[in-house]
Amino acid sequence: MKIHLILSTVLLLVLVACTRETRDFQQPAALSEPASGVHMSELHPGGAPVPKPITNPFESNAYGVSEGKRLYESYNCVGCHAHGGGGIGPPLIDLKWIYGAEPANVYATIVEGRPNGMPSFRGKIPENQVWEIVAYVRSLSGQLSKDVSGGREDHMYGKKAESSTPKENPKISRPLGNPVPEHKQ
Amino acid sequence: MGAGEVASLLRRRMSASPQIAPLIRFGQVLLRTFPGLFYCLVLLSGCSDSRNHISQGKHPEQESNYQSQAYKGKMEPDDGQWIRPAKDLASTRYSSLDQINTGNAKTLKLAWTFSTGLVRGHEAAPLVVNNTMYLVTPWPNLLYALDLTKPGAPVKWTFDPQPAPESQGVACCDVVNRGAAYAAGKIFYNTLDDYTVAVDANTGKLVWKMRLGDIHKGETMTMAPLVVKDKVIVGNSGGEFGVRGWVTALDVNSGKIVWRAYSTGPDSDVLIGPNFKPFYAQDRGKDLGVSSWPPDAWKIGGGTMWGWMSYDPDLNLLYHGTANPGPWNPDVRPGDNKWTAGIFARNPDTGEARWYYQYNPHDLYDYDGINENVLLDLPINGQTRKVLINAERNGHMYVIDRTSGEVLSANPYGYVNTATGVDLKTGITQAVEEKKPRFGAVVREICPAAPGAKDWQPMAFSPRTGLLYVPHNNLCMDMEGVDANYIAGTPYVAANVRMYAGPGGHAGEFTAWDPVAGKEVWKIKDRFPVWSGALATAGDVVFFGTLDGWFKAVDAHNGSELWQFKCGSGIIGQPISYRGPDGKQYIAIFSGVGGWAGAIVAGRLDARDPTAALGFANAMKDLPQYTTKGGTLYVFTLP
Repeated sequence: MKIHLILSTVLLLVLVACTRETRDFQQPAALSEPASGVHMSELHPGGAPVPKPITNPFESNAYGVSEGKRLYESYNCVGCHAHGGGGIGPPLIDLKWIYGAEPANVYATIVEGRPNGMPSFRGKIPENQVWEIVAYVRSLSGQLSKDVSGGREDHMYGKKAESSTPKENPKISRPLGNPVPEHKQ
Repeated sequence: MGAGEVASLLRRRMSASPQIAPLIRFGQVLLRTFPGLFYCLVLLSGCSDSRNHISQGKHPEQESNYQSQAYKGKMEPDDGQWIRPAKDLASTRYSSLDQINTGNAKTLKLAWTFSTGLVRGHEAAPLVVNNTMYLVTPWPNLLYALDLTKPGAPVKWTFDPQPAPESQGVACCDVVNRGAAYAAGKIFYNTLDDYTVAVDANTGKLVWKMRLGDIHKGETMTMAPLVVKDKVIVGNSGGEFGVRGWVTALDVNSGKIVWRAYSTGPDSDVLIGPNFKPFYAQDRGKDLGVSSWPPDAWKIGGGTMWGWMSYDPDLNLLYHGTANPGPWNPDVRPGDNKWTAGIFARNPDTGEARWYYQYNPHDLYDYDGINENVLLDLPINGQTRKVLINAERNGHMYVIDRTSGEVLSANPYGYVNTATGVDLKTGITQAVEEKKPRFGAVVREICPAAPGAKDWQPMAFSPRTGLLYVPHNNLCMDMEGVDANYIAGTPYVAANVRMYAGPGGHAGEFTAWDPVAGKEVWKIKDRFPVWSGALATAGDVVFFGTLDGWFKAVDAHNGSELWQFKCGSGIIGQPISYRGPDGKQYIAIFSGVGGWAGAIVAGRLDARDPTAALGFANAMKDLPQYTTKGGTLYVFTLP
């Protein structure tokens, strides 16, 4: 009985870990029908049915998000939106979304373009790569879970990265009442 | 090195400059008589060495006892109108109107205002012709004609060129427009989507429209045309998109293209022919616009012309700069990258190049060469020379013989640590090795930063003081070269940049500069880059605006503040002065923050990312606390 419990827990953990770490090189065809789920307004007159939001499988996948970051730079998204702070285009690290924050909206923005300057990348970026970029873009504003999102780009700051600075000496905990021995050089 | 060697060094110096020969001979005698003096010299030279140390950089020299010297050259007659942004063909931005003077400027009052209803950067200079004011707005590039003869200057007509909304997505540094030009009953200006339009100045009807570029390649047009004789001369923008830069002349009456000169490529495209006689050896040779690039890189190499042009009618020469090579990351384009980041003198009738000088061969820092050229005749070393003066982005104030292209002086007017100076014999900038950007490494404290010690914001010249009034920046940056990937119509920069205020902690300066002495006379520091143009007037009042919205009048002699007015939004426009139908002198300025410096407000950028707005947002983090967006024209006069 006990062994079953342990086994199923391990199996569950493995499965969860799989989603985060999995690297699918053949993408499911389902990803290629995004437009149906796009809506640009929260107002639905007459109680019309609200389209069901599409889930982007890469958003639970650290590899997909990191690929999205790489592609975001390669396709020159970075030239207009910088590392999320914006420039020619609007920022992506804040919570303001002109054309919607849902994965399907961001997908449509990239593929269809938007009228005030966002180019249409239809035919330029393969669909699966667009979904990876969508995952990365949404991670910039903290919409993805932390275990798949990378840290914010900060290497341009003058201070050194945390990992490159020397580690502090850990304070050794001592039992109460014991005197701290004198430090010997 | 002993005293004898110092003496021989002095001898060598002597041969180089005969004017100071007697002084040097005196020095030699002194050294021989008092050998101890040598050690004092060593100490002194040690001092100057440490000041010139490469990591330290250079500040401008200050003039200690300046005596104002009226300009002896000729100025274009002033009819009280303002028909081109630079006022005259020599680009002095000087108004001979003198009702407003240092005594009464403090009483200046608002006369009327005009809202454009637009929220992007308003960089244009208003024009005043035949009692009508013409205003060009940022995209959608509306042209307003305001009737100055009626109270409150109501709108006479509006012209809407309907530029493509998509063009906003390929404008590197806000969707600005720097103004129009008037000639032959027409107003000429450029639209963001690459049309030059001619509009009837009376009726507001389109006369002609000519498409000159392609937004799908990242080309836009933001500069103000210059009309020379029967030609409208314009240039393109898009140096951050891998476009190929050009200057084009159109017929004023038909809009037909008369000539086009590219800034890169074979000589036939650059309009380099037998009459091309550059002063320096490095600019001579066949098809340097091809051979100074990796194969085919010149086709996407930049060298746009989005800035200012001047014209000398006596020499019949047109002067224009060429902007930065693309991409910013210099490692992917080995070579001098001709003819970018330099200046051309051309025959405006044919476009044929006469001479060229490259300020920044193989530009490392986005130092565009397109700043305004002020044409003056100045006494240099006892001789009157026809010169042009250019406050280059690289921080040096160039005085160049405009007949030949010889650099006569190039002193730093802002803080510079990317170069130790310019060798006047060879014309070559002495670059500092340790400040060169590297692929995949962040090089820190590069001064000036990418927008330069001065960007497009044009300076003014007053013949009464003989001084130039220079609005400019005090910015440094960290820069990292990254992979470049050219996709037509997307940015081609390949660099990460983070900017911040330079030495002193202030990001802007307004400097009065003596072009003969090559020294600074006075300086006003500002928290933000001074991104507005300057205006000098015969009342010895100089005008400029700040990014946080203060429009200021200062004394031309000493920079003391006479008056200021807080406008609704930050100022990046160009002030003008005109005589109204009532005979009074008026001062007009656009307020409306934006442009590269003000993009953080106009584009609502997020400076938590230090690379936002190509790194400029980081230096402007607190600007949103000081100003909000919105375009309004302000017009002032005496009560």
